[in-house]
Amino acid sequence: MSVANRPVHRPLSPHLQVYRPQLTSTLSILHRATGIALSVGVLYLTVWVVCASGSYETYAKFQAFNGSIVGRFVLGGWLFSMFFHLFNGIRHLFWDLGYGFEIKDAYRSGWIVVAVSLVATAISWIVGLRLI
Amino acid sequence: MAEFTLPANSKVGVGQTYAAPAGAKNIRKFKVYRWTPEDGKNPSVDTYEVDMDTCGPMVLDALIKIKNEMDSSLTFRRSCREGVCGSCAMNIDGTNTLACTKFIDEVKGDIKIYPLPHMPVVRDLVPDLNVPYAQLTSIEPWLKSTTQPPTRERLQSPEERAKLDGLWECILCFCCSTSCPSYWWNGDRYLGPAILLQAYRWIADSRDEAKGERLDNLEDPFRLYRCHTIMNCTKTCPKSLNPAKAIAEIKKLMVERTI
Repeated sequence: MSVANRPVHRPLSPHLQVYRPQLTSTLSILHRATGIALSVGVLYLTVWVVCASGSYETYAKFQAFNGSIVGRFVLGGWLFSMFFHLFNGIRHLFWDLGYGFEIKDAYRSGWIVVAVSLVATAISWIVGLRLI
Repeated sequence: MAEFTLPANSKVGVGQTYAAPAGAKNIRKFKVYRWTPEDGKNPSVDTYEVDMDTCGPMVLDALIKIKNEMDSSLTFRRSCREGVCGSCAMNIDGTNTLACTKFIDEVKGDIKIYPLPHMPVVRDLVPDLNVPYAQLTSIEPWLKSTTQPPTRERLQSPEERAKLDGLWECILCFCCSTSCPSYWWNGDRYLGPAILLQAYRWIADSRDEAKGERLDNLEDPFRLYRCHTIMNCTKTCPKSLNPAKAIAEIKKLMVERTI
């Protein structure tokens, strides 16, 4: 068979492996990740409520986990997920109305969402601790 | 289904190094993706040490210099060398752009050059663009009318004409479509930013009479709605156009006609 007639199995050119992450694409995948985290968080909340309806010891165990380093990381991550998903969702609503598509606007709104989410997470965390 | 890793035949190995001529003082390394259908091997990245004192300022200048002086087997598309033909679209330094309008000086460190991402490779930097071209055909990119043709040109007001600015300039280089993760994972069914911008170019044309038919054709979970506003398309467009905005305008029209 000549070279020209040989069946060719073309390789796929590299994609994720070579494409430089952009702020917009990073926040986009983070939006999806925080959405998934929120769903998992609902399960976490369910377990929490079930523990509360159980014995004093069961609830104490769950509370002990919440107070541990891992537990705090989970709660903090969940809180950030909630705020980020909320604020970035509002950013998406503006896009749906046709606003904010210039690259400089998309970058500005992206950084604002990140900053506001972090501040809101910190404030909620501090206020939450004060309330207990 | 999205596959995040490369198939076995597409994994990229390390290739050869072509040293700069003796005496060259101002050297930069170009790391270029290579693949040929002839030897049955996997793709690899070759390194070319280019003497910048005798090289033009653009990435395309360096590629042509490599082909002329170091390795005549290096294959890439190019034509106009001034950003109007769209032939030399490739992935340079991690984003898609035209080699002819990308300054070598803009890149820090080694200059990494790959074909447009997530496309079948014909050879080296030449991707197979048959699918995007077929998708372009599917949106019927020509003026459609059912009324009697006028005896002279179809007139537009300056305002109507202004609506086509930022759309007609597209050169179909497919930098945007191949930068889009959604197009990577669903490129067989999602039309991608380049084609949707073309679709909107005809929808927005006051002289076109097939707006409803065009929207019907796009009203599909995949063809249009795989756009999740990731915005890699607008960020990477070498002509500074805004495919993400064009897609948003189509989505708005879809809503408007149902309310």
